Amino acid sequence: MKTQHQVEQFLYRQAELLDAKQWQQYIDLFTPDGVYWVPADPAHRTWEGMPAIFAEDRNLMTVRMKRVLHPDAWSQRPMWATNHVVSNVVIEKATAAGELHVRSRFHMLELRRDDVRHFAGSYRHRLKKTKDGYRIKLQRVDMTNAQAAYDYVLQVWV
Amino acid sequence: MLQEHVPDLGKFVEPDRVRREVYVDPRIFELEMQRIHERYWIYCGHESQVPKPGDYYTVQIGRQPMLMVRGRDGKVHVLYNRCPHRGNMMCGDRHGNAGEFFRCSYHAWTFQHDGALRSIPMMESGYAGTRYGKHNPDCSMKKAARVESYRGFVFASLAAEGPTLLEFLGESRIAFDDMCDRAPGGEVEIVPNCFRVVQHSNWKIFLENQLDALHPSVVHQSTGRAAMEVENLIRKQTGQAPLSYHMLSAFAAVTIEKWDGFQTLNYPYGHCILTGYMGLRPKDPDTLAYEKVMQKAYGKQRMEEILGVNIHHVLIYPGLSVQSALQQLRAVRPLGVDRTLTEIWHFRLKGAPEAIYRRSLAYYNLVNSPATLINADDLENFWKCHQGLSSDGGDWVSFGRHFGRDLEKPGRVETGPNMGTSEAPMRNQMKAWARYMRARA
Repeated sequence: MKTQHQVEQFLYRQAELLDAKQWQQYIDLFTPDGVYWVPADPAHRTWEGMPAIFAEDRNLMTVRMKRVLHPDAWSQRPMWATNHVVSNVVIEKATAAGELHVRSRFHMLELRRDDVRHFAGSYRHRLKKTKDGYRIKLQRVDMTNAQAAYDYVLQVWV
Repeated sequence: MLQEHVPDLGKFVEPDRVRREVYVDPRIFELEMQRIHERYWIYCGHESQVPKPGDYYTVQIGRQPMLMVRGRDGKVHVLYNRCPHRGNMMCGDRHGNAGEFFRCSYHAWTFQHDGALRSIPMMESGYAGTRYGKHNPDCSMKKAARVESYRGFVFASLAAEGPTLLEFLGESRIAFDDMCDRAPGGEVEIVPNCFRVVQHSNWKIFLENQLDALHPSVVHQSTGRAAMEVENLIRKQTGQAPLSYHMLSAFAAVTIEKWDGFQTLNYPYGHCILTGYMGLRPKDPDTLAYEKVMQKAYGKQRMEEILGVNIHHVLIYPGLSVQSALQQLRAVRPLGVDRTLTEIWHFRLKGAPEAIYRRSLAYYNLVNSPATLINADDLENFWKCHQGLSSDGGDWVSFGRHFGRDLEKPGRVETGPNMGTSEAPMRNQMKAWARYMRARA
């Protein structure tokens, strides 16, 4: 019960960091070898060597962060905001190596200028317990609408 | 007739500027679809997308929903996605396998993969003595007037008359030669993933941007600088950064002045070639291993020729942008005067080492995915461009950079020395556009 609560709090915290645009703190939730992955296809089993919407280690995440923070990132000028809701948190298993495999569901509403978009789907986290709390080894994001044509693009993590 | 409501298009295009209506007037858009997209060669897909009989992909040509399908005879056919009976769409999914034959979901008319009528339920009793039946071509699915492929890349034209595909492509076919020749076996195959992104802007704004050598150092500075900082950090820590960082940092490292050192080659149908800049032939172990395979396949001299081709982009008017050295392409599907779908694909070089595939994959993911680090800023500009052109704040779009200094060569217009940022590609595209639009069916 305690683990369930801690994991939920961790996922809520992660969502809050995204909505608050605290990019560096968000990246810091990942282990040094952690990966953020949005597969191009739900059937994909690995991000390596596969087309992917996102497949980023901390270095690439840092490029993305520095890009959006650059004063000449023109597409960042218009007002935009997101709201994440995370729910249906299930701890699937605890591995011998001390990792937790967690699945959950999310819904993200994005406002950009006057336009609203919705992205929803499932998160799968592989979490590692550290002295600073949980850290993400792998976050897999399967958006229900990942396959649909994108009206404009995604600039930061979902 | 629609044409009568459209002002004289001849007045819309001058050698160094174009009226804004060309981008925002829906009546002109309709005419473009008739006179350009539904008449000239449009890219449908790659043969390897439909390997087995019955495999199909839907594709939009101008305003026409079409199907690219593999027949049992091995031929690739392009058909209107429409049942000749009551007009029902035949295939409702983006791609799939039709089975032994097409079967309409409404009244079960069936058709061969080449569109020929195969059966109608109780055809004898239902249609005896009528004009309907296998003898009547109007009872078969309509075919694209012409289908041709070049090195596995399938194009269709909805007009029976006009240049052949090879005549139309002309020098721009180097896009496919450069891509395929880089494979030791001379062939590429599709990676079955299509990224689809909708731009809220006219289709020509995208085409003009593809060979606009001035914009990268303005628009993509943010990503270029961000990648350069991280690249330097990784290099400090490990001695070497992956090539993918170089692909991104090049957007900042290549300054406006340096862009002038490159060149565009512009052709009568509106096609353009931009000479490359990314230095994709480093001396790392992966490249050397690849060169070994290539040399075995082609011999040293031919390998040097192939790997020496230095092209960044080839634009095949009116709807295809190819990055041959990175084995990817973007097909442009106009959805409306202010909405444009891009379909983004990449390919494997058959017989090349996995590491070489990973290199182009990195570019595909970082630059061309829906989470692109590059195109986000392009699409923002395209939208703003379309908004501005919708206003009465001005009548003209100007293409004056280095105007009057283009070099007229037989069969093409080249930018002059140190004029890589010339707006010659836009001038050339609009000149071709005006010629297409003048030609009456």
